[in-house]
Amino acid sequence: MAGLATVLGSGAMTNTIAEIEDSSCILAIGTSTTDAHPIAGYRIKKAVRKGARLIVANPKAVDLCRFADLYLPIRPGSDVALLMGMARVIVEEGLMDQKYIEERCENFDEFKQALDAFPPAFVEEVTGVPREKIALAARLYAAGKPASILYCMGITQHSHGTDNVLAVSNLALLTGNLGKVSGGVNPLRGQNNVQGACDMGLLPNVFTGYQRVDNPEARAKFEKAWGCSLSGAPGLTHTEIFDAAYNGKIKALYLVGENPLLTEANASHAAEAIKKLDFFVVQDIFLTETARLADVVLPAATFAEKDGTFTNTERRVQRVRRVIEPVGQAKPDWWITCAVARAMGAQGFDFNSPAEIFNEIASLTPSYAGISYARLEQSGGIQWPCPTAEHPGTAILHTEKFATPSGKGKLVALQYRPPAEQPDAAYPLVLTTDRSLFQYHGTMTRRAPGLDGLNGEELVCINPADAKNLGVAGGDLVDVVSRRGRVKVKAKLTRRCRPGVVSMSFHFAECPTNVLTSPALDPVAKTPETKVCAVRIEKL
Amino acid sequence: MSDLITLTIDGRPVQAAPGTSILRAALDSGIYIPHLCDHPDLEPVGICRLCLVEIEGRRPTVSCKTPVEEGLVVRTSSADLDLIRKVNLELLIVNHDYNCQSCVKNSKCQLQKVTSYVGVDEKSLRRVRKPELDHPLDTSNPFFTRDMNKCVLCGICVRTCDEIQGDGCIDFAFRGTRTKISVLGDKPILESACVSCGECVARCPVGALVPVKFEEPAYEVETVCPYCGCGCGIIVGARGGRVVSSRAVPGNQVNRGSLCVKGRFGLGYVNHPGRLTALLIRKDGELVEAAWDEALALVAEKLNSYKGDQFAAIASAKCTSEDSYVIQKFARAVMGTNNIDHCARL
Repeated sequence: MAGLATVLGSGAMTNTIAEIEDSSCILAIGTSTTDAHPIAGYRIKKAVRKGARLIVANPKAVDLCRFADLYLPIRPGSDVALLMGMARVIVEEGLMDQKYIEERCENFDEFKQALDAFPPAFVEEVTGVPREKIALAARLYAAGKPASILYCMGITQHSHGTDNVLAVSNLALLTGNLGKVSGGVNPLRGQNNVQGACDMGLLPNVFTGYQRVDNPEARAKFEKAWGCSLSGAPGLTHTEIFDAAYNGKIKALYLVGENPLLTEANASHAAEAIKKLDFFVVQDIFLTETARLADVVLPAATFAEKDGTFTNTERRVQRVRRVIEPVGQAKPDWWITCAVARAMGAQGFDFNSPAEIFNEIASLTPSYAGISYARLEQSGGIQWPCPTAEHPGTAILHTEKFATPSGKGKLVALQYRPPAEQPDAAYPLVLTTDRSLFQYHGTMTRRAPGLDGLNGEELVCINPADAKNLGVAGGDLVDVVSRRGRVKVKAKLTRRCRPGVVSMSFHFAECPTNVLTSPALDPVAKTPETKVCAVRIEKL
Repeated sequence: MSDLITLTIDGRPVQAAPGTSILRAALDSGIYIPHLCDHPDLEPVGICRLCLVEIEGRRPTVSCKTPVEEGLVVRTSSADLDLIRKVNLELLIVNHDYNCQSCVKNSKCQLQKVTSYVGVDEKSLRRVRKPELDHPLDTSNPFFTRDMNKCVLCGICVRTCDEIQGDGCIDFAFRGTRTKISVLGDKPILESACVSCGECVARCPVGALVPVKFEEPAYEVETVCPYCGCGCGIIVGARGGRVVSSRAVPGNQVNRGSLCVKGRFGLGYVNHPGRLTALLIRKDGELVEAAWDEALALVAEKLNSYKGDQFAAIASAKCTSEDSYVIQKFARAVMGTNNIDHCARL
């Protein structure tokens, strides 16, 4: 997200889910869409049926490959090499959109020079994919008018995730696919309201609508609205917060609706960090593994027990409505936080309803300014930016200019950087994580009767050739060991994983995959590299 | 938008957009034509032969496959049509288990609607009826049951799996009176490529595909699915303070009437007995129950002594935007720090 914001001025999906259906070429990279975003998956399958070309790039032969014209089984962490390699083919063969580049892009010359570092032989070696296939992918993508790129955590959860995102946007800019119907760069956001959470300033460096905390004007606006003075120093990110807690710099933590003991990379470190806190408050719908460590646990309401809004991956703000009363003593999260603030004597937390909160959001957030509960009642949601009450909302971003200071989209000269952790003699395999269709992070799905019946245990997927070398048969119990920890898990032999790569999901508390994963952070986005870590497998 | 086409159905003027089938034009105007295999989300196939109509100057025609034309004069019922329909219907339901009262679809069943319109003659039905209904129930899937004794072979499930889900894991199998809907190798559905999205269950017009332990909701509320970033519109049903059902919002621009396994069948966690229903405070190393006042006072007192950058808040991308706004305001305005983040990167 940080990546897209730099070059395009906005870090959200540029187009809508429905538009995917009419793309003429779809490049799905680092996404197992039919598992993690099934409804977007329906649109991809429909597009293919309508004649679209589908290119899938993924270390694992995900379900989507069944529908693909071309599958690129890239090595984990080689995305920049692949995408820059494709860009090089496009430029060499003159397949780029010259007019679009001249009118709407900047920095083409520097970008073109950077392509010199990605000759076919090098790209082939880094990605493990034959150069002919990469050239074919480049030609298919460049010929697709419009062509859409979909990506997910397989792009962002790397020590160079921001570079990956920039490489994706380079490709779309080069071929003139941004600002066009059924084109675009489309990050499929994971959680239901991750877009909304970012929009609301649930980030250490921005207020709502990405207004930066270190911008004095923005700060003055919020200070005036909230009647207080505010810090202009960006705060710590999620992963840094746990480091700071571990080092004693963070003493009190208020954690809402999250289970870092399951989801945090290098999860045992998170547990130790929590134990060092002076005061730890958890607000959740279940007594999770993490909540058991808290000093105070506050019972929260689920989505079915509260009113509000979610903003989806295509920037669509939609109304969430209360279906039932909160169970027991549970309360909506906004109510609890307001009650804590009032108990501390704070002003500005006297909201009686989510609608009142939304009005305050709209008054401080230009991209949400034209949205209100009354308007949401009358429509199937409104896509931001929606600056005025008369504005219909925006389905496609960047149709005329980019939201950057120059108004142009920036082509970025990128270098290939290998993943932070490489396989070696002691840890010869690469572990990458993925998500099951039948599970989510686990707190909810494991408690939804039936879903466990469809996928009730963790499995480590191993290529049969690797399994043979290890003497492991399908169903054998093995230890997966990384530099940070070990977990016991059953093996599943599948050619879906390329040799040298194993995969696991991360939904199961009894098999916490993320004790293995690498905490190496992307320097800009501070996203941990959960998609690449070196492991070995020990037969039990 | 092109101009509407005007035609006459049963002597009543009807308007419809070009390309609309006569069946849909009639239904949209409140004129019932019996039908089983047609579904608004799917391409028409015209296999149940119940929606036959007479068009002036033509032989009886299936109305689901015939688009509206300017000036057409259509009759939906006549002695000839009624007789053809009756024979067609009898052939369709010879194998149907019509123990309606114990069926989940009772009163919502398209077959009941058709039979009450067309009328069924028990005597002639007995003549063609198969001696016993012997398809075993397929209970392999945790979310839905397949009862082929109630199947009318309309093929809506087959086309749904193909056209909507795009997977095509079921199809017609066997021949003649033994024809049934089956997965590859006639195995239980759980052993097939089925992803349990339930799209077929939502569209089955009879009781052949029904949710397990279905409870009729007392009321329904339109909201948004809590799982992934797609943000599908769902209609959640409840009774007695519990969530009991979920179905897609038909016109939602994101999901257009579709859902995946989690959105349709995965909301049971709301009712889970392990839900956190009480406040807990750590006393002498143990978490014990407390009241809101006590907990709030404790949290307020403690947090007052950790203002500034020694405090951090981590919130959730599962919560509403209003929840998110309030907690970032709290961290910044009350605690005086920008140490606020969520799990966007995970």
